[in-house]
Parts: sequence; structure tokens; C-alpha cells
Amino acid sequence: MSKSLVIKGGTIVNRDSQVIGDVKIENGRVVEVGKNLKGENQLDASGCIVSSGFVDLHAHLREPGKEEAETIETGSRAGALGGYTALVAMPNTDPPQDSVAVIDFVREQGKRAGLVDVVPSGCITLGRQGESLAPMAELATAGVTLFTDDGNGVQDAALMRRALEYAKGLGVTLAQHCEVAELTKGAVMNECSCCTDLGLPGWPSIAEELMVFRDIELVRITGASMHFLHLSTERSVELVRAAKRDGLPITAEATPHHLSLTQELLASYNPVYKVNPPLRSNADIQALKDGLRDGTIDAIATDHAPHPRRDKEMSLDMAPPGMLGLETALGVVLAEDACEIRDVVALMSWNPAKIARIDDEHGGDVIAGANANLCVFDPQLTWSVDPERLASKSINTPYIGRTLRGRVRHTIFKGTPTVIDGQAQR
Amino acid sequence: MKHLRSIDELGVDGLVDLLQLTDHMAEINQRPVPKVPALRGRTVASLFFEDSTRTRLSFETAAKRLSADTMTFNVSTSSVNKGESLRDTVATITDMGVDAFVVRHKSVGIPWQICQWTKASIINAGDGAHQHPTQALVDCYTIREATHAQNFAGMKIAIVGDIKHSRVARSNIQAFTLLGASVVLVAPPTLLPPDVSHWPVTVSHRLNEVIGGVDVLYMLRLQSERMAQGHVPTLREYSEQYGLTQQRVQALKSDAIVMHPGPMNRGVEMQIDPSDVKNSLIHRQVANGVSVRMAVLFKLLGSGSNLGGQA
Repeated sequence: MSKSLVIKGGTIVNRDSQVIGDVKIENGRVVEVGKNLKGENQLDASGCIVSSGFVDLHAHLREPGKEEAETIETGSRAGALGGYTALVAMPNTDPPQDSVAVIDFVREQGKRAGLVDVVPSGCITLGRQGESLAPMAELATAGVTLFTDDGNGVQDAALMRRALEYAKGLGVTLAQHCEVAELTKGAVMNECSCCTDLGLPGWPSIAEELMVFRDIELVRITGASMHFLHLSTERSVELVRAAKRDGLPITAEATPHHLSLTQELLASYNPVYKVNPPLRSNADIQALKDGLRDGTIDAIATDHAPHPRRDKEMSLDMAPPGMLGLETALGVVLAEDACEIRDVVALMSWNPAKIARIDDEHGGDVIAGANANLCVFDPQLTWSVDPERLASKSINTPYIGRTLRGRVRHTIFKGTPTVIDGQAQR
Repeated sequence: MKHLRSIDELGVDGLVDLLQLTDHMAEINQRPVPKVPALRGRTVASLFFEDSTRTRLSFETAAKRLSADTMTFNVSTSSVNKGESLRDTVATITDMGVDAFVVRHKSVGIPWQICQWTKASIINAGDGAHQHPTQALVDCYTIREATHAQNFAGMKIAIVGDIKHSRVARSNIQAFTLLGASVVLVAPPTLLPPDVSHWPVTVSHRLNEVIGGVDVLYMLRLQSERMAQGHVPTLREYSEQYGLTQQRVQALKSDAIVMHPGPMNRGVEMQIDPSDVKNSLIHRQVANGVSVRMAVLFKLLGSGSNLGGQA
């Protein structure tokens, strides 16, 4: 028997209720929700929201292969500080997550760190090369439910069709990084007036939208389920909205940075703003926010992409794309005021847990009997990022010097606090 | 003024100021001993990550005529090849005691990034397809010298060719329009940036339609790799549409000026020998390069002391 823990006086947000009360946890489970509960340990949650822990569908944890940028342990700690209790690990590792051995390794490293559930995704194609299918059935048997070549889109339409057909037989979901590569050669930033001034090759919206359109139509003929990663353009949102209206089994995510930052930031010549897909226009941001509110976009996912300092000290064209996200996601989303608190919990916990098919463990209502994977956050607290205090091994966050609103106070993973009062417990 | 990185940052006053200072430098260059002690004890480092003949040589000549010490960083013999250790390179040279870096790099933004890593002045000698401010100064000075115009109001300048990939075009569009000229860009849509609607220019896709009305015809170099990238089908076709041919020379106004930043692609954008054109300023562009760069170095590193002494 572990000691009992009571989270005192928070606003407990569930699908059908929102009440102020206490949550009592024993042996990794919520045992009681009510008033004036007592336990051996207590955590104050007054003024805070108590919800199921966040689930990130899109984290680059860099291990194996690029431990200089991040390890599964440091990424897990960054996740815990961001209120996450589960992270889907993207497969563009070295070696990539296209074999059972690597999948098992990633999952084991996640367990060893013990700060969140690390859920490895698998590659769609061998080595993410876009040429032949990865052993999806083997990977599915090893527990993989989400497949993606993220970092690359699957360019070959025939191969993508086969992948969807095969995935349907396995009952797994494919997640696409939508980018028609021929249209983005050498691209550094969104194709816009700003890239005209800077003389940088543009990454046009159409390069994303063409693949969104193609894959929607492939889903229509295969019936397989499909998730769109990091949507960034107005027209992509419209395409997904129409596809959902047609009843297709499609879900989509948007990142905090595509909801908050615009292309003009590249005029600072700071590669911290280089990301793929690129930062876009205000009109795109508004369309993404509309998509969050009307349910076109199901999840907010970080695309947490750590890079070592020296890589981001290269020129704009040479620096790798990507920015940190796990520790700042909530603060960015709440500062943007894009939707209600309940919607934020849906977008960051309930929906992504379902898409990753870990909703038996994560993203459930905070009720007696539920797994105690919880997040307690202060939705009003304003703060700014101190790069020296990030848990991530890298510091490539674009939010230094910006005021964020909403901060995680406590994170409970399997009944044990991983974060108390904003401090990682180990 | 600490750096010269773009014409935009310079502004119209800074631009006019430098053009006037260039007159002084041109006078020095006419002397039997074209050398003054103005920058004695100052050190200028050339940091060229891309090939250059005239820009590098004219900067080094300019520095020497002002009695500055120079050092040249040769990328082909250095450890830098992908830009990874750019910060270390800059910091190392800074430690040797450098007052200004003259930087050319294939990547946009490098002159701004370098400013984080050194206290020295930065002069942009070309960053990717972005800016090449001293070339624009040279071109403005050359037009001014030829026309005796203090500003370019009422002047019509056509810039012809690969605008999309041209830092010379981006700097010159800013400089020419700041001085009051009206600028028309002439190129096929594939060689224009995706959106120029916010630039103070007009656009034409037909050289024959504009050539008779321009005061300055500014030809850009077309690199042969643009063909492989599908920007133009063949060099021959480009040359026929946008090259300067004998017929097009005939169509020019009698006092129209022809310019080219070099190096020229003879047989592509220049189907004739420039010496066949009465008002070609191509050689003046090269000659003025030294005076303009002397003015820039003196503006950034000089203490305002006299330019008259003997070195």
C-alpha cells in the first residue's frame, strides 16, 4: 500500500462536469472525488484546474541517435513539467523506429525514466525512405498503433495507398506529415511577401494542401483511419473540415507555435523560428483557431523538436527545422485565448489519448476508479521562459522573452507526483 | 553608423551621405599616390565564404588606400565548409583584433547573425539572394556620375533578368527607389519572387515593350543552373527574350545607360560586346567600386579626421 495523496480544492474538469473539490489517490488510482478528503500527503490545487494528464501526439525525443539534443529521460521530464503523462515518440530516430528492437528500446527507456508513458510510433516505410513498407504487422504486434514517417511525407501515392490498405487490416492509424517534397526544395520559410524580401526559398501552403487532399481521397477509397500532423494552413483546415463532414475517419492536430507565431519572425534571421511546416500568416492562425473551436482539429500536439545549440547557430538555410514545445505548450495555448478551458483539456488530453489509443490509461474523467494520470494547472499564472531552467537538453524555444499564461503546478503519473509546485521531483 | 548590412538599414540619408563621401574618395584615387592615413591602425578582415573577384579585391584595395591593415580568410583552406563553426571562426578572428568584417556568404542573414558573436563592424558583401548593399552604392554612384543627377526623380530604370535569385536586384530596387527613380522589373514570372506586390516597382514580362522608354537598362547575370531547375527552358530562349542584342541596343533611347554588375554571361544576357554600346557604364561600375568601398570603410571605422594627409 502506497501512501494516499489528496489534491485539495481544485476545479475538476470532466466531460460532463466541472466542480471544485478534492481528489484522493491510492495505489495509482483515483479512489474518491469529493469535499474535505484526507490523505497522508496533500497537494494544494486552489485556483487550479485538475484534469486528466496531457497526451502529446508528437514529441521528438531524439533517442536513439541524437542524445546530444535530448534523451528519453530529459524529454520525459520536460513533458512532466508541461503536464504530460504520455508522449508519442516520433520515429525519426537513428536508427529509425521501423523494427521491433528499436520500438522495444524506446518503450524500455521510457519505463526506465518513469516520468511519463512513452508511446513509440512506428515508421510507415522502411528507414522513412518512402520506398517500401516497414514491417507494420510486426510493429503492431509489438504494440504500435500510430505509424508515421514524420519529418517526411510519404511522397509515392501508390505506396501510401498500399500503406492505408495494410493499416486498415491491422486496425492501426497512419499519421501524415503533409509536404509535397518537389514543392519545398531548399525551403526555409513560408512563401510570402517576407520571403520575397529576404530572398529565401519559400515553402508554399499548396505543398501541404496537395498532400492533405490526396490523403483524404485515399482514405475515402480505403476506409483506413488517418491522422494529419501539424496542420498549418487555412486551406488544409477547410479540406479536413469537409472530409469530416463526409464522415471520413480522419483526425488532425495543430501545434502551439502554428497557433501563436507568424512568418515575419524569420526577418530576425534567427533560426530558432525555422520549423517544418513553417510559421505562416495571421490568416492561417485564425483558421487554425476556428478549427480548434469547431472540432475540425482534434488535438494540440507540440512537435517538440530539440536541437543542440550549435545546430541552431548555423545559417537559416543550414539550420535544422524545429523548436521545443513540451514545457511551453499549455502556456502558449492559454495565452492565445483560442478556446475554453474545457476545450483545452479535450485538445491536450481527451482527444489525443483516443487518437493514440491509450484512452484506457490516459485522458479519462477524474472519477473514482480512474488511473491517476493527472495534471493540475493554474490557468491564470503568467510567466516567462528561463532557458537555463528548461528540463530539455536543448534550448531552442522561440518563447524566450514572451509572456505565457497558464502554468502546470503538479503532474501526477500513475499516482505519483512527477511535478510538485512547478518543480520536477526527479 | 556601426554596420552596413542592407540598403534598408542605411536609409535615404545614409545613402546620399555615402555617395557624397565617395566623391572625396574618387578625388583621392586621382592623386599620384592614392593613399591616405585615415584608417591607420585599423584592421579589416575579409570573410568570403563564396567566390568573388571584384568585390573582394575592391574592398581590399579600398582598405589599403585608407592605410588599414587587412586580413583575408580563405574558406577553401579553412575548417569551415558547412557553416557549423561560423561562430568559432568569427570569435577567433575577433580575438586577433579586428575592427570590421567584410562578409560574403551563400546564406541569407549571416551578416546579422555574426553581430551576436563579435563587437566588430559588419559589412555585407552579399548574403544569399538577399542583399549586396555596396554593389547598389556603386551602381547609384555610377548613375549619378554619368547623369550628374543628385537624385533619380523622373528616371526610369529597368532591371532585367533573374530578380528572384539576385541580391543585387534586392539592394538596387531599394536604393534606386529611395533616390526617386521608378523601377520596372523585367523577367519571366519564373524568375520573379513569388509576391512583389508590396515592392514599389512595376513588372513586365516583355523586354521589347519597355526597352524604348528606359533611362537605365540594368542587366542581371543568368546562372546556367536556373535551366536545370526549370526556371527557363533553354538559355537560347532566355537570351532571345531577355538578352541584350544589337536590335535591342538600337531600340534604346540615344542617352540610355547600360549596366551590369558582372560577371557577364556573354552570349546569354549579353549577346553583344558591352564596348559596342555607346553608353555602357560597365567599366565605370568596376572603377567606382574602390571609391565606394573606401567611403563605406571610412564611414564605419574613420573618426572623421581629415582625408587629406599623405600616408
